[in-house]
Amino acid sequence: MLWAYTKRTGFYLLVIAIVVESVFPFYYAILTSFKSGTSLFEVNYWPTQISWDNYAAVFQNGSFPQNLLNSIIIATLTVALALLFAVTAAYALSRVRFRGRSLLLLTILSVSMFPQIAVLAGLFEVIRTFGLFNTIWGLIFSYTIFTLPFTVWVLTTFMRDLPIEIEEAAIVDGASPWVIITKVFMPLMWPALVTTGLLAFIAAWNKFLFALTFTSSNSTRTVPVAIALLSGASQFEIPWGTIMAASVIVTVPLVVLVLIFQRKIISGLTAGGVKG
Amino acid sequence: MTTEDTVIGALAVRPPKAMRSELFVSRTRAAMWFLLPMIVALAVVAGWPLLRTIYFSFTDASLSNIAAAKYVGFYNYLNWTTLKSGRTLWGGVLADPAWWNAVWNTVRFAAISVVLETIIGMVVALVLNADFKGRGIVRAAILVPWAIPTIVSAKMWGWMLNDQFGIINDIFLKLHLIDHKIAWTATGDTAMTAVLVVDIWKTTPFMALLILAGLQMIPKDIYEATEIDGIHPIKTFFRVTLPLVRPALMVAVIFRLLDAMRIFDLIYVLTPNSAQTKTMSVISRENLIDFDKFAYGSAESTLLFLLIAVMTILYIWLGRVNLDGGDR
Repeated sequence: MLWAYTKRTGFYLLVIAIVVESVFPFYYAILTSFKSGTSLFEVNYWPTQISWDNYAAVFQNGSFPQNLLNSIIIATLTVALALLFAVTAAYALSRVRFRGRSLLLLTILSVSMFPQIAVLAGLFEVIRTFGLFNTIWGLIFSYTIFTLPFTVWVLTTFMRDLPIEIEEAAIVDGASPWVIITKVFMPLMWPALVTTGLLAFIAAWNKFLFALTFTSSNSTRTVPVAIALLSGASQFEIPWGTIMAASVIVTVPLVVLVLIFQRKIISGLTAGGVKG
Repeated sequence: MTTEDTVIGALAVRPPKAMRSELFVSRTRAAMWFLLPMIVALAVVAGWPLLRTIYFSFTDASLSNIAAAKYVGFYNYLNWTTLKSGRTLWGGVLADPAWWNAVWNTVRFAAISVVLETIIGMVVALVLNADFKGRGIVRAAILVPWAIPTIVSAKMWGWMLNDQFGIINDIFLKLHLIDHKIAWTATGDTAMTAVLVVDIWKTTPFMALLILAGLQMIPKDIYEATEIDGIHPIKTFFRVTLPLVRPALMVAVIFRLLDAMRIFDLIYVLTPNSAQTKTMSVISRENLIDFDKFAYGSAESTLLFLLIAVMTILYIWLGRVNLDGGDR
């Protein structure tokens, strides 16, 4: 009896430890973002003041609103493009048998695995040649390298599991492949599209290396780069309050989205990971 | 797949001549058109740049004048000059101590982080696989670190690990674990620990969710059987759970390993300019962009690419990736 009790207590302590450890850094960032002046440099475990100074500073000084807008535009367009290309490609890869299909799938999988630094030099040249350097178009273009393989792969896995009978019925009725995709598969694929789109959006929102390398002015930067490069009046004075406020602004929408769609996200992650 | 399925599958590969006719041809042609945009996009954004990077690694290209690049063979990888005194000076990436330091940092980081993430991820997955009140809350909570952008988590932890005002030093001082404040991210000895802590915090949820997916595929009646037989839970874990979850675990481990090998963001923001944490990606970019050694950096990124390519092949082979279609 006592043993069972200890076991239960131990288990719940473990559960509490996991929850606290996961959430505490974000909680502490929020706590810090609401502090101002010298209280920033006192360690507190519970909220002591609510001051919007840091948030005001983020939006007033410099280019943060512009960076936020850039991130939204870039992530949205990248995902839209990737889904557009991926739906048709996934149909061909999952439904039509042709020579070299396995090789093509392997190539797509490899592209999603290889290090982005390996294409950095070559992409730099391509982006400069096209005149896309320091524009949001350069980032949308370069982000395709990870959103496209990912969306193609997950959508192919999903489409493969759709019953073949539906398609056969459509073929018998004389539907063309384009009609099959748009009228037969699309309605069935909404859940998968939402999940992959969301995961690709988060990935594009968070990407750093390309955004850091292919932009050079404040007005074209995305939020991760803006936060990384946020500095104070002098080199030794790091504006922690403002950085935390900016971090909270960037993260809250993601956390909310993830919590709303948590079931879908978990299934999407495992489809891209375990199955793929 | 049963034998019957295989036979039907084999028949489907080569339909009789009559069936191949119009429908088959038009479907294949449509498929080609559907694939074209994706193939072109990937070729322009991945294939061509990769080839160019490899090409640059054999040239003397510089950032300001890429077009004037001249072929220099393996000079960036390894070169030597013999002095009059008879001494030989070695140059190039393969003779560069900074590069080998970065290789060592990367391997060390990848090995330690993946091992710890696997163990902690397994514990979290086992907890989530149990039936208890508030499971939904735990699952939601562990998704938080995953959802936070890497740059943001680097900054958040940078603040928590701050030497003067950081909460970590405060907690450790109160618990009497340390007797003076430590500059976690700035001291050489602790910089790697700091990076590891943040990376483990951020990526364990992913690991846990992948392992959980594997755990949930194990039929429940196996556990009922072991319970009836009175087998100790620890023995059950090592003899039943672990072997059954191993395929999912292996894939998750290699997936994470590939990811850890190319780490850049976290180190660039959390411990900039620390030789103890500089990884292959960080040093490559530094040479490519910051130091204007474009060709040299290209050689370094090419070497990293080769290493990861070998590991990817291993992953595809071990993971027995399903490349079949749904068109049986």
